[in-house]
Amino acid sequence: MSLEVKNLNKTFDNRKILNNISFKVENGQTLGVIGFSGSGKSTLLKIISGILYEDSGEIIYPQNSEIAMAFQYSALFDFLNVHDNIAFPLMERKEFRGKYTSEEISKLVAQKLKLVGLEGIEEKYPSELSGGMQKRVGFARAIVTNPNIILYDEPTAGLDPVTSTMIEDYIVQLKKELNAACIVVTHQLSTIKRAVDSVIMLYQGNIVFAGSVQELLYGNNEYAKQFVSASIQGPMNIATK
Amino acid sequence: MFELNKTLTFQGFLLLWKEIREFLITLGNIGCDFSRVVVHLLKMKINLKEVIEQSKRFAYDSLPISLTIVGMTAAIIAMQLAPELAKQGGADYTGMLSALVMVRELAVVMSGFAIISMVGSSFASEIASMSVTEQISAMKVLRVDPVEYLIVPRFLAGFLFMPVVFIISAFFGLICAGAVSHYCADLSILNYITSMWHGLYVRDIFIAILKSAVFGGTIALISCSCGYATRGGAKEVGLATTKAVVWSFLAIAVWDFIFAAMFYL
Repeated sequence: MSLEVKNLNKTFDNRKILNNISFKVENGQTLGVIGFSGSGKSTLLKIISGILYEDSGEIIYPQNSEIAMAFQYSALFDFLNVHDNIAFPLMERKEFRGKYTSEEISKLVAQKLKLVGLEGIEEKYPSELSGGMQKRVGFARAIVTNPNIILYDEPTAGLDPVTSTMIEDYIVQLKKELNAACIVVTHQLSTIKRAVDSVIMLYQGNIVFAGSVQELLYGNNEYAKQFVSASIQGPMNIATK
Repeated sequence: MFELNKTLTFQGFLLLWKEIREFLITLGNIGCDFSRVVVHLLKMKINLKEVIEQSKRFAYDSLPISLTIVGMTAAIIAMQLAPELAKQGGADYTGMLSALVMVRELAVVMSGFAIISMVGSSFASEIASMSVTEQISAMKVLRVDPVEYLIVPRFLAGFLFMPVVFIISAFFGLICAGAVSHYCADLSILNYITSMWHGLYVRDIFIAILKSAVFGGTIALISCSCGYATRGGAKEVGLATTKAVVWSFLAIAVWDFIFAAMFYL
């Protein structure tokens, strides 16, 4: 077992964002987290990654685990070029400072860029890249420390279908390369179908569905049915979210 | 009518409370960030590369505007003061008065204002943009301490390099005042320099250097803190920058008063 979340709770301004959330993700597996906007998906990732603190509950992973996160809008440092963005943790993180020579860092950066299909763009700045390229540079930065837990926050949001497919393929490829436990927060059914092994669905801070992709797509869960058919009618009331 | 007045009064109180609350939150944020900076400094958690980078920015970028503002102000004061003093037979005091005004007040306050508009505002908007675009969150996930990387170097750059800006600006201001006095009141340069030394004490210079260091640290801290606490989008980035500038101006005025009361009362 690589990552386990147990009875996680989070409240903002007296509003329960996460209510007793529990799940497990094994190494080499990808869990998809779906739900309406505001259902607590991104908050869940932020708590796992350590950006936010939980009110109660546990996040269990082996000691010395390396957690990485690919952000929805890439969150690349706009004052650094692609090379320095990817090399940032290697150069600035206390435990890595002085561990690698600049040649080793450049080699690692080139290696990670190759892994996401972007070679020779080290000198470019994030503003010179397309949205899809920024996402892939974000992936390269996330994996430069060889993480064993990777979190993706809406990795295909705002991208065209072809680029989305490419991103989904990279998610699968990176999982295999690193044998990592991955969590993908997404709204896209294509991402669920192509890049995910199992799914949980959040609604008003609760898990209303947990199962395989097949069960999500073809099962009898009313919440899953409504999500898959993109129907306004169903147990989930958008007006009260 | 009575009901309307009651409602308006209530809304007024609500607005006032909102403003007071906002003021206290900002003050609290600045206080928290200052304590974080102090803890980092005590633990020697300092990113030297960033300190050098920010120092270059603090001293080099702000110098042209500081020199212009301080030089022009010194020249304007000398232009009005020197002929008047010459008429009253006190031309010999021009250098002394210029030195007093320049070293004790003008150079440090004016270069402070220049730094707020030039460097402080850019610190605030830069960090606020990073905050709203999740760059600071990314830094946390990458396990790089944002306080160590963003705030401590800027604070140190302000604290260490504002005195440098002040010394150069004051020197330049005195030269401008001397040149204008010579041109407007026919005052000899030698007289100006001799008179200048009568009004200038080493103590004043040290106090001004200390004051400029405090101003620099305060401007950097307030600017970083206002940026760091920003949530939302483009509008909030703008508001954070404005807040940083306003708070820095206010802080400089308050510090200036405290220094005057402490050393010259």
